[in-house]
Amino acid sequence: MRVPLSWLSEFVDLPDSLDELIAVMDDLGLVVEGVERVGEGLESVVVARVEEIHVIEGADRIRRVVVEAGAGPVEIVCGATNFSVGDFVPLAPVGAVLPGGFEIARRTMRGVVSNGMLCSGRELGLSEDHGGLLLLDPSSTPGELLTSSLALAPDVVLDISIEGNRPDAWSLLGVARDLAARFARSLRMPAVATPQGEGETRQSAQVSIEAPDLCGRFTLSLIRGVRVGPSPEHLARRLTLAGMRPISNVVDASNLVMLELGQPTHAYDADRVGARTLRARVARPGEVLTTLDGVSRALAQPGRGLGDSGEDLVIVDGDDVIHGLAGIMGGALGEIRDSTTEILLEAAFFDPMTIARASKRHGLRSEASHRFERGVDPELALFAAARFVQLLEESVPGLEWVPGPLDVLGELPERSRVSLSDHDIERALGVSLERATVVRLLEGLNFTVREEGGLDVIAPSARLDVRVGSAGRADVIEEIERLYSSTRMPRRTPSWPQPGGWTVAQTLRRRAREVFCALGGHEVWTPTMVSETHAALTHPTSPRIRVANPLAVEESILRPSMIPGLLQVFARNAERGLGDELFGEFGVVFTHPEEAEKTRRARGGAGGTIEVELPEETERFTLLLARPGDDARRAVVTARTLLARLGLDDLDVESIGEAPSGWHPSRYARVLDTRSGVELGRVGEVDPELVRGASPDSRRLGLVDLDVARIVEAARIRERDSRVRVPNRFPAALMDLALVTPNEVGADQLRRVLLRASSLVESVTLFDVYRGDSLAETERSLAYAIRLTSTERTLSDADVADARRALLEAAASLGATLRSTS
Amino acid sequence: MSDEPLAHLDTHVEELLAAVEALNSLEELIASEPSLVGKRSVLSSLQKSLGSLSPEERRDAGARLQEARRRVDEALRVRRVALEQAARDAELAADYLDLGDVVAGGVEVPLGVGHPGIVALTQYALEEVFVGMGFRVEDGPEVESDWYNFEALNIPPAHPARGMWDTFYLELGEPESVVLRTHTSPTQIHLMERAVAENSLPLHAVMPGRCYRRDTPDARHLASFHQIEGIVVDRGITFADLAGTIDTFTRAYFGPDIDSRLRPGYFPFTEPSAEFEITCTLCRGEGCRTCSQTGWIELGGCGMIDPAVFDAVGIDAGEWSGFAFGFGIDRCAQMRHEIADMRALIENDVRFLRQFS
Ligand SMILES: [Zn+2]
Repeated sequence: MRVPLSWLSEFVDLPDSLDELIAVMDDLGLVVEGVERVGEGLESVVVARVEEIHVIEGADRIRRVVVEAGAGPVEIVCGATNFSVGDFVPLAPVGAVLPGGFEIARRTMRGVVSNGMLCSGRELGLSEDHGGLLLLDPSSTPGELLTSSLALAPDVVLDISIEGNRPDAWSLLGVARDLAARFARSLRMPAVATPQGEGETRQSAQVSIEAPDLCGRFTLSLIRGVRVGPSPEHLARRLTLAGMRPISNVVDASNLVMLELGQPTHAYDADRVGARTLRARVARPGEVLTTLDGVSRALAQPGRGLGDSGEDLVIVDGDDVIHGLAGIMGGALGEIRDSTTEILLEAAFFDPMTIARASKRHGLRSEASHRFERGVDPELALFAAARFVQLLEESVPGLEWVPGPLDVLGELPERSRVSLSDHDIERALGVSLERATVVRLLEGLNFTVREEGGLDVIAPSARLDVRVGSAGRADVIEEIERLYSSTRMPRRTPSWPQPGGWTVAQTLRRRAREVFCALGGHEVWTPTMVSETHAALTHPTSPRIRVANPLAVEESILRPSMIPGLLQVFARNAERGLGDELFGEFGVVFTHPEEAEKTRRARGGAGGTIEVELPEETERFTLLLARPGDDARRAVVTARTLLARLGLDDLDVESIGEAPSGWHPSRYARVLDTRSGVELGRVGEVDPELVRGASPDSRRLGLVDLDVARIVEAARIRERDSRVRVPNRFPAALMDLALVTPNEVGADQLRRVLLRASSLVESVTLFDVYRGDSLAETERSLAYAIRLTSTERTLSDADVADARRALLEAAASLGATLRSTS
Repeated sequence: MSDEPLAHLDTHVEELLAAVEALNSLEELIASEPSLVGKRSVLSSLQKSLGSLSPEERRDAGARLQEARRRVDEALRVRRVALEQAARDAELAADYLDLGDVVAGGVEVPLGVGHPGIVALTQYALEEVFVGMGFRVEDGPEVESDWYNFEALNIPPAHPARGMWDTFYLELGEPESVVLRTHTSPTQIHLMERAVAENSLPLHAVMPGRCYRRDTPDARHLASFHQIEGIVVDRGITFADLAGTIDTFTRAYFGPDIDSRLRPGYFPFTEPSAEFEITCTLCRGEGCRTCSQTGWIELGGCGMIDPAVFDAVGIDAGEWSGFAFGFGIDRCAQMRHEIADMRALIENDVRFLRQFS
């Protein structure tokens, strides 16, 4: 909201120092986001009288103008044409710097020297008008400073942001009230008119409310003797400074009242309102209204918003013709025209939620809707009408505000009443404030305060945001804290006996990151919202989780996998010759509730009354191995190292089953935790077809894709058995066994069987794999290094021979036989 | 009839189809293509011979010829797909590796210097400060129902405050009932609900996580970003505790000469609410362009938990009170590392990534 200080100071005395004012406003939560100095840069602009106008040979857009500015004739080249000899216009002489920093220099155009510039209203920052020069009062004196001719005081406009819980602060008066309360200064209310003249309003106009829950108050004033014309200069300027365009005295008065008091009003041409009657009712399906912006709007259509049934409040006349969408925007039917002489002025209170819903549904925001949806003071309507008449009278003396303006009530929100003890304040703020201070601060904001043991506080009508009960108490305490000053509040660092710390999952995640980095990994961050193409790379047939309102179609699906994102990171870096790295991402991937293993359900819908199904979120740790020489083998070793570091060293790497889309179909394996049988993740390579799309050269890209939650669960189970084995001191016997093993028997499977074959087996480690001519295609030789040891004695040859026999028997149970050495 | 040009068309087509069927490799297919359907093919020469026919005859013959060509083309396409599949199958079969047989000791893995992500790095540093202050670290989901993201936080549907967050909605359930969380605050609700269910109050937790807002990315904003949120629900917690906590954290994380201050703000889920600012880390409070000459930089929001929120989760506001605060992790990283444009964080250029350790 733009706040011209000249205007604000009409309501409250401001501190002399602008810095102090800004600091105080910030501290009050009226955050100053911009400071604009206006009227600066006009110091050297003077009034000039046009003496001669000459055509310049060969130029039809510019003319040579001679002006008198108090020090003899000055020649200027000028492009405007809206003036004639004898007119008074502003002259910016050579060296002047106009608002916006434009410096006037001596220029030569078509051989004619221009000694300055004649200015338009916009060039001077005084209005939006750029159609020609700003024409000045004929009683001006050449050479006089423009600022004194126009009685222009330099002004400062603050751009302040108003928080959503401050409906009362959306006006100059509201801002002034905060300052008056903080500075303990008095607040000056603006002057208002009183009704006068013949008859009673009810004899000539009617108003009624047919939707009392949506329209809490409807006042209607009949104003006679109106002459539509421009606003007086100082009011027009005030509007311009506040960021609104002057239109006509009637519209301007309405806007000025809104900016000043926060109450939107709507003026109708009384002759164009059927039966001079206005009614507030709910729109019926099928009704259509063309709003002032020229858009035709279907009314009473349910919206997309949650719980939006499509309720539109409309203002209709005595013939049931719709004149406007209440509190948001009018239609063209009753609009003020140049010929208007009598107006009906609507000042009302509408239900904030109804306005908010309708404004969102119709995609229609106005200064009025903005205020109504936050909550306009329901007591303000007739005061606003009185102020409107007062302002309009400045340009229309003798205006007649017919006595007995109509005032019909619907259901109005009640003023909240809250009881507050000294203890409540101390309990919330941690400081005890003097009773007198509290009362002074609250009364400054128009709270009614009665002291009866504690405080009995009634919120002012402007504060619809103040609730009742404990919530209302918090609201009132916030006002006390705000006015007293947040920066003066004490600070105390609390402590408690419970220790801080991380969950098992977080600790594991941290450790996994460390190992990843130790292995040379670069952690990346790829988008959660991806394109259909990306989603289809790994999940061609899964139902998509679509974003209803994506920023771009390439970012419209929640990622089912991080693999395509990582491939893209690789591809982009590879383009720059920087792709030879190990990339990895910790992140969440999503599964549609239809496909989820465990569908997440949560309260949802308006009021939290229905159950909604949410996507399954799986945290994954996905690695892309893109260094030269990287392949599925390295992926396996990387996955094993990483998992072992997390305490999971007993794994089954199973190359059986079909590879998922995106993976190399014949270089893929599932990684299972042996003890629990749970699949911890997958290893392998990227499908060569995808590699061709991502890589500038032919290379293999290794993949590791781990499920973090399952790893956490497996590690948690593992941690329960925290006993360690103390190695015994007896010497070990070492033995290598090369076993010809059918392809379908996994190396880990065989290793585990060997481990259990005899109580003497301490460890079994695969050290070589051989496939080849001497073996059938359906088998390969797996060579294991085996350590035998006893906890009781040094092993004898017989012990070793027994163990060897047991090992071979165990191997035979899986169809593995000793490889003949011949 | 023997001079009828298409007399032997059917025979030609059968021969061509047989030839296509006999192709055994992609190379063969490519080599034979011109003689099967190209300019030198039987069908092309038949085409040329139609010139001698009357216009009507030519139309009929042309149609027949076109149909013949379509059949051969189609056969060729089918054959190509089959041969390509066969080639891929052969390639994959030759590539086959039993990953269970990978001998750990037999695979050389290059040694390299790795780099954690800047977000994780910043998040961990922040977590460490808060854990030191007695907070537990908690996680929450990224997709929420509107109830958790908004209504339980005292932001009912159509509340103008919903405009404070530009929300991504998902096409699940009723319109606007499932959202990508716009802040980490819904995790507050989950934690409070859990504490009530398990009768485990008090609660002291920080909740880092990824959030989403429908903002067109620019130098200061990304559509997805990371927040860390804190919550304390205990007996006798006051606004002074909040101010003190913010201050202690600020000094611990940014340095002892960095001050903090609160100023009134508005969040529907806290009352009183405040924005918190810290001494500008660039100019140390002297005033510079980054802080608009104020010496202060806005970091986040905070406040005392609103009684309406306690109501929504079933906590007795007469017995318990608490505060919550939240701010951007990425923003901390941006300030600490002086990153002019946030978009560098999602570019993933290794030259950027390599600077973090
Ligand atoms: Zn600074």
